[in-house]
Amino acid sequence: MVLDLAACMLVFAGGFLGGILRFAISGIVARRIGETFPWGTLVVNVTGDMVIGGLAGAAATAGGALATAAFREFAVVGILGGYTTVSSFALQTLSLAVDGEQLRAALNVVVSTALGVAAVGIGFVLSAQLLA
Amino acid sequence: MMLYLAVGCGAAIGALTRYLSAPMLMALFGLGPLWATGFVNVAGSFIIGLFATVTGPDGRWLVKPATRQFVMSGFCGGLTTFSAMSLDTFTLAADGNWAAAGVYLGLSVALSLAAVWLGRILALRINR
Repeated sequence: MVLDLAACMLVFAGGFLGGILRFAISGIVARRIGETFPWGTLVVNVTGDMVIGGLAGAAATAGGALATAAFREFAVVGILGGYTTVSSFALQTLSLAVDGEQLRAALNVVVSTALGVAAVGIGFVLSAQLLA
Repeated sequence: MMLYLAVGCGAAIGALTRYLSAPMLMALFGLGPLWATGFVNVAGSFIIGLFATVTGPDGRWLVKPATRQFVMSGFCGGLTTFSAMSLDTFTLAADGNWAAAGVYLGLSVALSLAAVWLGRILALRINR
């Protein structure tokens, strides 16, 4: 196993930025809309999914700098990986279930996953069409 | 400001751990990237479930808000990734592997939820 220090630093820096972005945006959304449903995490995950789909579409169609390993390590693995989260999604779903809000818990799972995968597809198709 | 820095540093360490776990799982068990994403998502969910309850209002372990956010929003948030999970699911489906896409997404989510629940159960025992 060969460790690439530059790649590690790109992931580290991207993760730092993505994490702060998630904390800021999910906080703003939660304060604006309310915290009875985990809207903040939902918004972060769905927007992150749309961007990752867009970048995958761009890398596949346009290639170039977007298809390089360095860009992937910084933007995809680092920023988007740090920005989106499964742990908060799981914790907030469990909290709803434990508080007797089973319906909202189930809704959070279904809506997050369905919108998430759909957002990847929309991002992919949009960027592929824009760059084609 | 302090909270943002704590979250950023935790997320950076989490993201690096996620990045390094893929070649490690490959070298140790021959498991591919889909397994690696699943593994970090389940592991991060377990840790957040455990830590949230152990350091919660009725928890045994009192930590500063910045420490709590460093581990939860930071490390666990950076370690886990919703975007890679969704992209992998989309890629499998787009390649026509609908069954694999469904199993991958379903298992990832179900095991992550089971892990956060298990972490909470363990923490409640520790708190007792």
